[in-house]
Amino acid sequence: MSARRESRLERWTLAGPPLAYLVVFFAIPTLIMVLASFRTPGDFGGLAPLVGPDGSVDLNLDSYRRLFEDTVYLEVFAKSVLYATITTLACLALAYPLAVLVAQSPRKYRDLLLLLVILPFWSNFLIRVYAWMIILGPNAAVANAVNATLAAFGAEPVSLLFSSFAVLVCLVYVHLPFMVLPLYANLEKHDRALLDAAQDLGAGAWQRFWRITFPLSLPGVYAGAALVFIPALGIFAIPDILGGPNDSLIGNLIKQQFLETRDWPFGSVLSIVLTVAALALAGFAAWVGRRGAPEPIRA
Amino acid sequence: MRKRRAALWTAALVAYAFLYLPLAIVVVYSFNDSRLNAEWVGFTLDWYRKLAHNEEMIAAAGNSLLIAFAASVVSTVLGTMAGVAMHRYRMRLLPILVLTPIAIPEILMGVALLIFFVLLNVTLGLLSVALAHIAFCIGFVAIVVRARLAGMDESLIEAARDCGATPGKAFWRITLPLIMPGVVAGALMAFTLSIDDFVITFFTAGAGTVTLPLQIYSMIKIAVTPEVNAVSTLLMLLTLLLIVVATRISPSLLRSS
Repeated sequence: MSARRESRLERWTLAGPPLAYLVVFFAIPTLIMVLASFRTPGDFGGLAPLVGPDGSVDLNLDSYRRLFEDTVYLEVFAKSVLYATITTLACLALAYPLAVLVAQSPRKYRDLLLLLVILPFWSNFLIRVYAWMIILGPNAAVANAVNATLAAFGAEPVSLLFSSFAVLVCLVYVHLPFMVLPLYANLEKHDRALLDAAQDLGAGAWQRFWRITFPLSLPGVYAGAALVFIPALGIFAIPDILGGPNDSLIGNLIKQQFLETRDWPFGSVLSIVLTVAALALAGFAAWVGRRGAPEPIRA
Repeated sequence: MRKRRAALWTAALVAYAFLYLPLAIVVVYSFNDSRLNAEWVGFTLDWYRKLAHNEEMIAAAGNSLLIAFAASVVSTVLGTMAGVAMHRYRMRLLPILVLTPIAIPEILMGVALLIFFVLLNVTLGLLSVALAHIAFCIGFVAIVVRARLAGMDESLIEAARDCGATPGKAFWRITLPLIMPGVVAGALMAFTLSIDDFVITFFTAGAGTVTLPLQIYSMIKIAVTPEVNAVSTLLMLLTLLLIVVATRISPSLLRSS
C-alpha cells in the first residue's frame, strides 16, 4: 500500500465515524426540516403525504406566507429581538466591570476569579430559572419591599413573578457568563503601555477608557454580544416559567407549533427564520468586529 | 486611582452577588422547615427525606444517568476522533458539522430531531434522547481534544512511525495517552451537558420518558416546592464534583490563557 493511500485510509478511519454520525443525526434532520417548511400540515398533525392521491407533489410557500399575513407573528419576532437586545445590553453593562477587574488582577487570582464566573453556568439551567421564582415570589422579601414602597405612594401592589421584568432579569442572569468570557479574553491582551502613554499625555481616567480601552475591546464586545444574543433569541423555557401571558417569545411559538397545534410546516418556518436571523446577526457582529478592530488587537 | 479601584470592586462584587445569591437561596431553602420558600423558619432534612421516597423523581434520575452515561461514552469516542482529525488534516465538512450544533439556537436541533425521529418511526424515549445528546456533545469533546492537541509535539508521532509503528499503533501508544487528560475532561463535560440538557430533551423525549430536568420543569410549572430545592442542591453537588474531577485531570480546562 502506498504511503498516500495509507494516509487517506487513516484520515477516513478517524474522520469517517463522527462525520457519518453528524450527517445522519444533524445534517439530514436539518434538511428534512427545511423540506418540511415547504409542505402542508397533515390532518392529524405532522405532514400531509408528499405525493397526493391525484399525483400532485406537495411543495408550497403557504407557511412562509402565513408568517407575513398575520402581524401577530411578526410582533412576536419583534418582541424576541427587543428582549434579546435588552438582555445583551444589560449583560454588557454588568460584565464589563467584572471583566476589567479580572483582567487587571494579579495573574495568580485570575483563574479563580474567572472560574467563579463560569461556575454558576454549570448548574442546571432550570435550577437557575427556579431560583428567580423563589426570589420574585409573591411572599418573598423583594416583592414585600417593592409593594410596601408602592403602597407608601398609594400605588396598587404588583406581581413581580410572571412578568416581563422576571423574564428579563432571568435572561440576563443565565447569559451573563457568555459576555464575561470573550470580554476578558480581549481585555487581558491589552497593552498597559498604551494607557500609561495616554496618561503621560494628560488623558483623564474617563478619556483613557473611552478612547483606548473601550475601542480596543470592541471585538470582545461583539463576540460576547453574539454569544448572548443568539441563545436569548431562541429561549422558550424562561418566558414559559417566569413570564405572563404577554411574554410569549418566538421560542414559545415554535414549541406551541410542535407540541400543541402540531403544525410542523409552520413550526419549521419559524425555526428556520429564527436560526437565519440569529446567524445573520452573529455574522454581522463578527464582520463589524473584525473591521472595527484597531491594529494592536487585530492580529 | 484608589477611588476607581473601589468602584470597580463594588461593581464586580455586585455582579458576583448577582451570580451566586440565587443559587445560595435555592440551597438554603432546601433545608427550610416551610412549604413556602419565602422566609426562614427552621432547619429540617424533611425535603430530602421526601425526595428519597419520590419514585417519579428517582426514575427520572435513573433515566438521566443512563442517558448521560451512554451519551458521554459514545460522544467521547466520536468527538475524540473528530478532534484528532480536525487537528491533523485540513477538512472542510467536518469542522462545520462539528461546530454548527453548538452555534445555532438549541431549539432548532430539538425540533429537527423530533421531525426526524417521528418520520422514521423511532419511538421517542431513552434511545432518541441519547442519540440527540450524542449529536450535540461531539462538538464539545472535539473542541477540548483539539485544544489539547494544539500543544502537542508532532515529532513524537513521526518518531514512532520512523521506528516502524503502524498509524494505528502510533495512535494507541503515543497520541491517545498524551491527549488522555483532554479526552477525560471532554467525557465529563459531555456527561454534565447531557444530564443538564433541557431543550433538546424536551422535544425528543416524547410523552412517556422523563429525565431529571423534565421532572423539575413539570414540578415548577405546577408549584414551587422545597423538594425541587432539595433535588436542585443534589444536582449542583454532582455537577460541582464532576468539575472538580475534570479540572484535577486536566487543569488547562479552566486556564484562562
